[in-house]
Amino acid sequence: MIPPAFEYLRPKTLPEAVAMLQQHGDDAKILSGGQSLIPMMKLRLARPSHLIDINRVSGLSYVKEEGGFLKIGGLTREAELEASSVVRAKYPLLLDTATVIADPQVRNMATVGGNLAHGDPANDHPATMLAMGAQVVATGAKGERVIAIDDFFVSLFTTALEHDEILTEIRIPIPPAHSGGAYFKLERKVGDFATAATAVQVTLDDKGTIQKIGIGLTNAGPTPLRAKSAEDALRGKKPDAALINQASQLAMDSADPSADLRGPAEYKKGLIKELTKRALTRALERASK
Amino acid sequence: MAKKELIQVKINGKDREAAAEPRLLLVHFIREQLGLTGTHVGCDTSNCGACTVLVNGKTVKSCTMFAVQVDGAEVMTVEGLPSNGALHPLQEGFKEEHALQCGFCTPGMLISSYALLQKNPKPTEEEIRWGISGNLCRCTGYVNIVKAVQFASNKLAQGGAK
Repeated sequence: MIPPAFEYLRPKTLPEAVAMLQQHGDDAKILSGGQSLIPMMKLRLARPSHLIDINRVSGLSYVKEEGGFLKIGGLTREAELEASSVVRAKYPLLLDTATVIADPQVRNMATVGGNLAHGDPANDHPATMLAMGAQVVATGAKGERVIAIDDFFVSLFTTALEHDEILTEIRIPIPPAHSGGAYFKLERKVGDFATAATAVQVTLDDKGTIQKIGIGLTNAGPTPLRAKSAEDALRGKKPDAALINQASQLAMDSADPSADLRGPAEYKKGLIKELTKRALTRALERASK
Repeated sequence: MAKKELIQVKINGKDREAAAEPRLLLVHFIREQLGLTGTHVGCDTSNCGACTVLVNGKTVKSCTMFAVQVDGAEVMTVEGLPSNGALHPLQEGFKEEHALQCGFCTPGMLISSYALLQKNPKPTEEEIRWGISGNLCRCTGYVNIVKAVQFASNKLAQGGAK
């Protein structure tokens, strides 16, 4: 399958890239990892007239803790996230997620920024970022602005990014002590999108009560979802099996997955309940260590 | 036809250059412009990994990259497996352990295995299976492929080639 013809632009700096986006308007797309965009172009579902390849722009690939946040550059490859020592040591939810994104070859190219900016509820990082209460930094012609992740996913394939903006950084609040997270994803085979997946990030206080809780659902609706009613049921309580079950049921009820090749809606809803239960259990185990 | 871009790439150790439209996929550039047909087009939907090559030492699906993206880069295809005139231990392993039937997935499997052993010279069975998880095989059921990688890992540990 051959993509339609396009003009190829190769900026060396971020301001150059932003200027190109501004100049070419709606018909230009950023080429980051390309692991979502290029398959769509090959199917001619995406037909940008201009492709702005930002892979040679330096300074957009990093994983570092600074100013109370884990800061991830938009161009950081999933493989780099997987290999990062700080992620492996302190961010089990991120590691769980990066590990199950597609396969090793895709992870060498795919970027964290792209995984979010594509606006696909089937991608894995959105649910995780929702669970972690992340922020996204958008750089455009008017400069930088910070967007809360809850405001980022607008509709299918549409995010809060303006046409001239590039997602340059993801910021995750550094979790306090007694925090844990987990991502459970069911896929038909390695490399597939999720049939269903749940991301949980939790913080306990000294007495084991849930102080902070975030639950994100992948492929459970037209946008990545936060299971707010499930979160509300858990916050301020000491978790036990009954509460976990109740929260998982609420997560299931708040989801609206569509039937497709991966299964009927009822099946997916059942999965959401079970995966939420497992993710909650594992996250709480990790938070209690 | 869109304007062609000049691509200068070091492929299997040799400097090559050719002009191509930006929309030319890397796999087609390798096969048709450079004449290296070891790399295969399998699914064309970025699933099967038969098109796997190394770009700057990392495995990528060449059907999911544009040729223009490797301008200035180093690429290795299956034809470039280091051999010193003999079979690379991986190729020998695939032969000894009957790790191919139709052979269509094999170039991709070899490249992914090569990259795995570069990073992790003594992988466990599970690590091998994860390492080749981006490569699909419809013939073998993977068992002999895993054995072939273990063969190569042992042979390389005994002080063979790289």
